[in-house]
Amino acid sequence: MVKMTFVEASREALREMMQADETVWCVGEDLGRGSVFGQYLGLQDEFGPDRVADTPISEAAIMGAAFGAAMVGTRPVVEMRFSDFALCATDELVNQIAKARFMFGGQSRAPMVIRKPIGLWRSSAAQHSQSLESWYVHIPGLVVVCPATPQDNYSMMKAAIRCDDPVVYLEHKNIWGMEGEVDTSLDIELGNAAVRRLGADVTLVSWSDTANLCVQAAEKLAGQGVDAEVIDLRSLWPWDKETVIASVRKTGRLVVAHESVAVGGFGAEVVATVVEQAGDALRGPVRRLGAPRSLVAYAPNLEDKMRVTEQMIVTAAKETMGK
Amino acid sequence: MTTADHNTRRARDLLAMMERIRAFEEQACLAAERDKLVLGAIHPSIGQEAVAAGVMCNFNRDDILLSTHRGHGHTLAKGADPLAMMRELLGREGGCCGGKGGSMHIADFGVGMLGANGVVGANITIAAGAAHGLKLQGSDRIVVDIFGDGAINRGPFLEGVNWASVFDLPILFVCEDNQYSATTKTSSVTGGPGAAARAEALGLRATTVDGNDAEAVADVTAEITARIRAGGGPEMLHAITYRRTGHTSFDPAGYRPEGESEHEAKTNDPITRQRAVLAGMGLSADELDAVHTAAQSEMVQVLADAAATPFPADDMALQDVQDIGSPAQGAY
Repeated sequence: MVKMTFVEASREALREMMQADETVWCVGEDLGRGSVFGQYLGLQDEFGPDRVADTPISEAAIMGAAFGAAMVGTRPVVEMRFSDFALCATDELVNQIAKARFMFGGQSRAPMVIRKPIGLWRSSAAQHSQSLESWYVHIPGLVVVCPATPQDNYSMMKAAIRCDDPVVYLEHKNIWGMEGEVDTSLDIELGNAAVRRLGADVTLVSWSDTANLCVQAAEKLAGQGVDAEVIDLRSLWPWDKETVIASVRKTGRLVVAHESVAVGGFGAEVVATVVEQAGDALRGPVRRLGAPRSLVAYAPNLEDKMRVTEQMIVTAAKETMGK
Repeated sequence: MTTADHNTRRARDLLAMMERIRAFEEQACLAAERDKLVLGAIHPSIGQEAVAAGVMCNFNRDDILLSTHRGHGHTLAKGADPLAMMRELLGREGGCCGGKGGSMHIADFGVGMLGANGVVGANITIAAGAAHGLKLQGSDRIVVDIFGDGAINRGPFLEGVNWASVFDLPILFVCEDNQYSATTKTSSVTGGPGAAARAEALGLRATTVDGNDAEAVADVTAEITARIRAGGGPEMLHAITYRRTGHTSFDPAGYRPEGESEHEAKTNDPITRQRAVLAGMGLSADELDAVHTAAQSEMVQVLADAAATPFPADDMALQDVQDIGSPAQGAY
């Protein structure tokens, strides 16, 4: 086990993959200086400017060119800086990358990792704070992952680079400095959830940084006589229905919590699936937590109105138990 | 072989390719309008065949091509099998994309054709990236990317051409200028002098050519590709031609000045012009007619064979989406 921060974990995974496979390369803005959050620090010195390529501020070209390079046999890791900026490359991702394999009758593959830092990050306002993971889940052809711990960011980055499908890789900006023990020999298959805490009374389903919040909420609930199980989905497509359904069959109660807007969010998919496949096991009302359908503001008090809090999760869990 | 023999052979090959493209598209239009066998839109390049033939004769099978929604000619000239292409237009099994792409998404990776594209200009960044990938791999293959005049008003033109310039990539951008952006005259919606000047402003060498003169297109492309293969970096070819049909085969193109298309057909047809070149080299009318007849026979048979092919198996609707989380494995 090695102690690493969240940002160090994915950087170390990337470094190892680049050492092992010379077709892996990184492409994006300011990578030579480590990019916005230091995700690439030192990599250009080690691998040179061809494999850690500094680009113009040109999101459509970064995404489109990486796709072209993937089709001729390289494995690009694409940096979008902030997930919000990736919207400048929506055609390239949604109309081109996600569809090529199907549309061309299986002739092409797009083995790419598309990194898009997401989430609330103090006073970054409406164009640097979004979590749009549910959009990407809606696009056939894409794999969507949201690691929430250093271990997952290490193991899932490796799995994403090995994957022959395009992987939308969503790291939360709030946890770059989060420390944890990392087992560098641990492989994590994309699509498998992590049970972060075992419990008998209520199932808390979440992902990304809100999963960390659920773990905290569960500890608080334990002090109040509620034994919560916390499932961190880690991957949203494919997602681990089996683990969620097995948990709900055990607890009979469900809370889904995510940072993004509740309306049309992936929480709705989780709830609908549980109702369809394990509705008979539910013993209390289902609760779904997410942001109001508003925009992230700059002023801290207004920004906070968009947050799901530990207390909200605690309250929702108790409500499912009639408390 | 003497230079004269060589020139005659190339001239004849250019004519033969243009005749095959014309015949293929005429059959495709019949399949759409007469037979109701082509269900989606097709975008013919009738009258523009000299660009496809003249450019592509300078590229090898393992070089890379990316093309547009109006790309039948480029694809045939790159060496794709017309029967697989016609099957694709008809949405049939054995189509080059298994009937899943249709005319606008034809691709044949076996001949280096990495896709037509239904989104105008989208191929430009992808093609630059293919060239980027080849350069990273130390390959000696090069890329040709063909787009229309409408594409130069989209962002990917700026981003993709700048990218190729900054990374000094082995790619030829061809603006196949048929003068219409869907149903609008391109000059009425384009600021400044157009494709070549825009490319030059981004640091590329740009060459403008009469795109209905197959000999000129082939000659100038030969010079350009020699420079690119020698490591000279990206270049732009602005080939000026004319779109004789509507935007799609079903578009009567009533927005055009009356008689414009007929005048072009009469005075500026690339096949007629190439026949004149070959007549000047001493070929007889019978020899030239034989080239025409062979192309017609080939493509009539291609349509008949394609029409006799079944539709793809139903389960293909769920195949080739992705490896993990695949609907073919029940993940939906």
